[in-house]
Amino acid sequence: MNMTQTRPAADAIAKDGRGKFPKHKLEELRGRGYVMFCVLLLIVIIFSIVYFIASRGLTPFASQGVSVGEMLGGLKWAPEADTPRFGALPFLFGSFATSLLAAIIAAPLGICAAIFMTEMMPKVGKNILQPAIELLAGVPSVVYGFVGLSVIVPFLRDIFPGQGVGILAGGIVLSVMILPTITTVATDALRSLPAGLKEGSYALGATRWQTISRLVIPTTLPSLMTGVVLGIARAFGEALAVQMVIGNAPHIPHSLTQSAATLTSIITLSMGNTTSGSLHNNALWSLALILLIMTFLFVFVVRMLERRVKHA
Amino acid sequence: MIIETKKLQLYYGKFHALKNVDLTIPEKSITAFIGPSGCGKSTLLRTLNRMNDTIPGVLIEGEVVIQDRNIYDGQTEVEFLRKRVGMVFQQPNPFPKTIYDNVAYGPRLHGVTKKSELDGVVEKSLRSASLWHEVKDVLKKSALSLSGGQQQRLCIARALAIEPDILLMDESTSALDPISTTKIEELTRELKKSYTIVMVTHNMHQAARISDRTVFFLNGEVVESAETEQLFRAPRDQRTEDYISGRFG
Repeated sequence: MNMTQTRPAADAIAKDGRGKFPKHKLEELRGRGYVMFCVLLLIVIIFSIVYFIASRGLTPFASQGVSVGEMLGGLKWAPEADTPRFGALPFLFGSFATSLLAAIIAAPLGICAAIFMTEMMPKVGKNILQPAIELLAGVPSVVYGFVGLSVIVPFLRDIFPGQGVGILAGGIVLSVMILPTITTVATDALRSLPAGLKEGSYALGATRWQTISRLVIPTTLPSLMTGVVLGIARAFGEALAVQMVIGNAPHIPHSLTQSAATLTSIITLSMGNTTSGSLHNNALWSLALILLIMTFLFVFVVRMLERRVKHA
Repeated sequence: MIIETKKLQLYYGKFHALKNVDLTIPEKSITAFIGPSGCGKSTLLRTLNRMNDTIPGVLIEGEVVIQDRNIYDGQTEVEFLRKRVGMVFQQPNPFPKTIYDNVAYGPRLHGVTKKSELDGVVEKSLRSASLWHEVKDVLKKSALSLSGGQQQRLCIARALAIEPDILLMDESTSALDPISTTKIEELTRELKKSYTIVMVTHNMHQAARISDRTVFFLNGEVVESAETEQLFRAPRDQRTEDYISGRFG
């Protein structure tokens, strides 16, 4: 059957274009092409990064005789020794300890700030507190490190034995850095709570604090946790500021104010002193690979939490 | 008279929303507020349990006397008032908790902690809201799994669980389908044996069907307040007649 007979509208449009390629089709094609190009480029970039880190990071295990068990469980990090050792457990410990400590400090502060801004004094929150917290997000990490080094470290040195550097100093600096993340996510979560729910609680004779503690927080808990996990992920990946205040000693510290190191701090410290392709250099890539895998895990946890929000 | 307003004025900023409202509402009956949108009927309802308190810029003058006490005397605790004056909203607003925890929310707020006591209150309230037979086997399921009509009856059960004397219903059927509406109307008729019910409705027929007294509002004023049958059959005011015969709305 002849197509032009069954599709008169299409036929008319084709005639209108007088044989030329119609303009709107060209526009459509151009727009779609541009978006597809950007997406493809993005995918290629992401996969290249993952591939690059993985290929370098897996080399020590594949062909340079380092065992995965030693890297994840070993306590001694001596890459330039005669019999080089690659125990990264102290760095793993340092990264987890500083990030969790930062979350323990920042989560209550950030969530309380969000409650204050949404439930108690929205005007003060919106005009003063929110811009102040957003400002924190814009401060470069080297400035945080510098402030930590010249304020927090001497302060801790006066109170606790030791040099003042360590997990505690790193955790405090990181807590300030992740505060904006936790506060912003928590504020959005609390704002998205339907007003009718809170009214329902007040109408039953609940006070404001009862409403917050019995309804608002339990309802938004998965979202609040999402903010905390994102904060931990941010802290886990932060290098410079931590490196400035943690002391950079490759062992598991006995106290929070003893010198320690993290995955990131050891990478930034050592990367410049190694040659590409050497065992030491590749071992640092292995640390980067561990960081990458941790990031995937954090993203996975956030996804799971988001699913819980949707099901609630 | 369980509720009495005396020279009640309410301003939203400069807007005079309630003008000199003098009204009495008798015990254990259904009183319906009708009138066009923006006439102040919902505003008046919300002054009866002081839900307007939280809105910035609201100024209230005059008295609202509930059970011989002016609730705007500056000494009435709003939490205590709301325990006596329950409210059901236009949109069903169950908490994202289990059915059981929704009903137990109010009693827990007011200090009931014993499991056996809570169980009793939950069952009694759900029975009063004629929802018990539909949910008695799924009390631990999320309240959000219920249908809209069931959710609204759950909200009624939740309000009844704190054993109020007065129940305010703010267009509580307007978001529901006709069958659910009928169920709630039947329930309301049943509830007036034990509770004083004040309802706002934009549906005149609903007011005519189930209320004992009807109050017609226009521009923040009470135009007419009378027995429902009398108000619909022989309104005294021309404006009431125009409204109920559908000449404006």
